[in-house]
Amino acid sequence: MMRRAAFALLAAALLGPLPALAQDAPLRIEITEGVVRPMPVALRFEDAGGAGELLGDITAVIADDLNGTGLFEMTEPESSPATGFDRTVDYIAWKATGTEALVTGQVALEGDSVMLRFRLFDVFAGQPLGDGMQFVSPREGWRRAAHKIADQIYARITGETPYFDSRIAFIGESGPATERVKRVGVMDYDGAGVKWLTSKDDLVLSPRFSPDGQTVLYTSFASGVPQIMSLDVETVTSTALTRDPRAMSFAPRFSPDGKWIAFSRESSGNTDIWIMEVANPSFAKPITLGPAIDTAPSWSPDGRHIVFESDRSGSSQLYVMRADGSEPTRISFGDGGGSYGEPAWSPRGDRIAFTRQTKAGSSIGVMRPDGSGEQLLSEGGRDSGPSWAPNGRVLIFTRLTADDEVPQLHSVDITGRNMRPVALNDAASDPAWGPLLP
Amino acid sequence: MRVTLTLIAAVLALSACNMPNDTPQASAPVTDPYVSTAGGNVVYRGDVNVAGNRLPGADTVALGADFAAAGATVYFAEAETSLSEEARTTLSRQAQWLVQNAGFTAVVEGHADEPGTREFNLALGARRATSVQEYLVAKGVEAGRIRTVSFGKERPASICASEASCLARNRRAVTVVAPPAAGV
Repeated sequence: MMRRAAFALLAAALLGPLPALAQDAPLRIEITEGVVRPMPVALRFEDAGGAGELLGDITAVIADDLNGTGLFEMTEPESSPATGFDRTVDYIAWKATGTEALVTGQVALEGDSVMLRFRLFDVFAGQPLGDGMQFVSPREGWRRAAHKIADQIYARITGETPYFDSRIAFIGESGPATERVKRVGVMDYDGAGVKWLTSKDDLVLSPRFSPDGQTVLYTSFASGVPQIMSLDVETVTSTALTRDPRAMSFAPRFSPDGKWIAFSRESSGNTDIWIMEVANPSFAKPITLGPAIDTAPSWSPDGRHIVFESDRSGSSQLYVMRADGSEPTRISFGDGGGSYGEPAWSPRGDRIAFTRQTKAGSSIGVMRPDGSGEQLLSEGGRDSGPSWAPNGRVLIFTRLTADDEVPQLHSVDITGRNMRPVALNDAASDPAWGPLLP
Repeated sequence: MRVTLTLIAAVLALSACNMPNDTPQASAPVTDPYVSTAGGNVVYRGDVNVAGNRLPGADTVALGADFAAAGATVYFAEAETSLSEEARTTLSRQAQWLVQNAGFTAVVEGHADEPGTREFNLALGARRATSVQEYLVAKGVEAGRIRTVSFGKERPASICASEASCLARNRRAVTVVAPPAAGV
């Protein structure tokens, strides 16, 4: 059951017109510069009626979201100035505590609805940053409401699109490696609310979200031969999109408009990239030819290009081609050799993430779509399968630790900072970050 | 081949007493099945190697085990899909068995070791399985009797950290035979 919480967004309803932001010293974090000192932020939420434990729970989720970015640091100053949601902010007193951003808010429980309000203040500029906002959600959707507020704070201070209110599909793993049990699961971006979408009976691989987050594609061995399945997240029903028992189909990925699926199809030992129309999956056609292995296609956000993994040069390397298969161009030329695979085109279009394999192990990294500016984000471990957050600023990937075979999900930001495990009790691999939820 | 002789013996034993459901007697003499004997008419009941003509009570389990004796698994060098001399020797025995047991079908399962991406290894396993299939066909097995599938690195034979000798055991193709009823 993936009931979507409905949100009533009443922006600007609380404060009325606001003065223009100060031009001289805006509260701003530039993520691409690699932040060394997190910004001190104070969260002051109050119970506006019946909130009870929800007050602390919601504040904790907002704090975890912001702390988890490595860009912010929640502060609790000793000589903390008093606040009230409808009182003016004592900027001078807050400034003296070193706090740079102040968030005030209210939580109320009315029947089965949670009401959340917040305001964000730029302490040093001495003024609000953006409008106050009010969210209403069903009681069981309180985590999403909290993520919505953290998203607003993140977006206003960094200028980036946020990503906290999003889901991640992944493969949950159990049992020994020789007979590993794998299931498709989805969870909130922070590891909460895990739901299993497939049974333990079938071997399944590499889930991929549709752009609207309603569908998850994955590869299943249920028929004996790998085939691509389409799973409706809300009803948890799967449909086979490919059925030819003499051809393996795998590595599916939606086009950014959600109308096409690029995938790999193997026949007589040769693997090429094919595309099919979602509305008409029985008509599929190849867009690469030749005896090389061509796999792991990923679309550019404008849908005009596809990056993929191919061993046509002898080892696995990355190639970019037009979406019709023409003009394939190699983009990976790492110093000292190594093979490249599992490319993932950033939703911003400016980077392609990949897995690089050398004798020392496998790492994840990013490069520009023309192959320049290659940067490894991890070194010499057993990292693989990067997937982008909806804002193209954070990656989630699979890490195998050296001393055992249990994979875990980790996230890292695009500058290589803030490497951290995702809080998830299950062994997990092959993460696929879904879109920011509406 | 011992299996073939046993089957012919079974044909004779069953035919001689004209009671197909009787347990075959191991001590039955091995002679030409077309020759009438003093015990009554010998009825030809079909070639044991043709699909659908298998004798009632024929021991398929024993045949499967015998296939394993031929060597069900061949191994590959790192990132390679070509067949070593050792692999070809094993596959020749597999082909011989499949030619003699024409009712059986085979699935060749290709596998890869841990290094390399999940999806590339799936494709690599398919190449290895196809190498095996093509060799078996070249040695006289009908192509339609052999199906391929790849498990990539999803079903390693051994759990390896990174030791080369361990990884080598996972780069393999396994031929699994099935009796006629199972289909391909």
